[in-house]
Amino acid sequence: MKRLWFLIPLAAFLVLAVVLAVGLNRDPREVPSPLIDKPAPKFALARLDDAAKTVRLDDLKGKVFILNVWASWCVACREEHPVLLDFAKKRVVPVYGLNYKDTRPDASAWLARFGNPYDASFFDEDGRVGLDFGVYGVPETFVVDGNGVIRMKHIGPITPEVLANKIEPLLKKLDA
Amino acid sequence: MKIVRIVLGSCLLAAGLSLAAKEAAPEAADPALEARMVRITSELRCLVCQNQTIADSNASLAVDLRREARALIKQGKTDAEVVDYMTARYGDFVLYRPPLRATTVLLWFGPPLMLAVGGAVLVVVLRRRSRMAADAFDADDEIADEAGAVDAALASANAGTPGPR
Repeated sequence: MKRLWFLIPLAAFLVLAVVLAVGLNRDPREVPSPLIDKPAPKFALARLDDAAKTVRLDDLKGKVFILNVWASWCVACREEHPVLLDFAKKRVVPVYGLNYKDTRPDASAWLARFGNPYDASFFDEDGRVGLDFGVYGVPETFVVDGNGVIRMKHIGPITPEVLANKIEPLLKKLDA
Repeated sequence: MKIVRIVLGSCLLAAGLSLAAKEAAPEAADPALEARMVRITSELRCLVCQNQTIADSNASLAVDLRREARALIKQGKTDAEVVDYMTARYGDFVLYRPPLRATTVLLWFGPPLMLAVGGAVLVVVLRRRSRMAADAFDADDEIADEAGAVDAALASANAGTPGPR
């Protein structure tokens, strides 16, 4: 038994190497949000298509919904846009847009050009509501349940894989 | 000599100022508030360019967060409350000094622990060796014989060939 003691440093090295390898392969851009399983931040924003109409978080409560943070200046938003359009067509849950740090003409023109998947978009001109949601890289997508609790956040463009593996199973679980 | 010093000093000062000018420009009129805001936000990580602090990043998110920090200070919030505002939204990840928690124990105490273990092993090995007899450090007989044979072979090989030019 004592003869095998020289293997201990080797074993320790292997353990450390595995731990570091896992750490290196993680994406440091995916910061876990502290808002998961917390109530969504309250907000009151004007609609993108109608500055006179204010929407509050409480107006959306009672139903599971998806909140997608987007902007016309955001290149990755174009990438996810077809996926979002397809998903919205299925009418599984309402899809709302948070139009983040944009201008009304740019945002409206963008929707007119690429199609509008949103039941409504809310106009967050100075990005304050975005900050409350902990947004740091557009696009971001939140799934909010019927009680107004954030159940999932996805950072970066939605791909068909993300939709099939992350979002749709969660929606099924939430019985939406 | 004195003149040289003055010239050199002002050059360094100018260089320092021009470096400072490249950082994100402060914009508030109140220098005390600005200084406090910078002190708080230089402890916070910008999530867009993760190796910069919120204080010196020019990313628009950092600009917004500086604006929020300024507003919170103006409302009379304490430094800790401003930091709480950030961690409530972005998590402990924004803190350059991670708090001590169950999940961060290894992060905080792992390196000292490894140093202590390594030091203990070193002490044990050295003490064991100091107790060994001196001849334990002589070359083994077998190896000594081989070394002798190699020397002899080299000597005879060199003897048969002309030396280096």
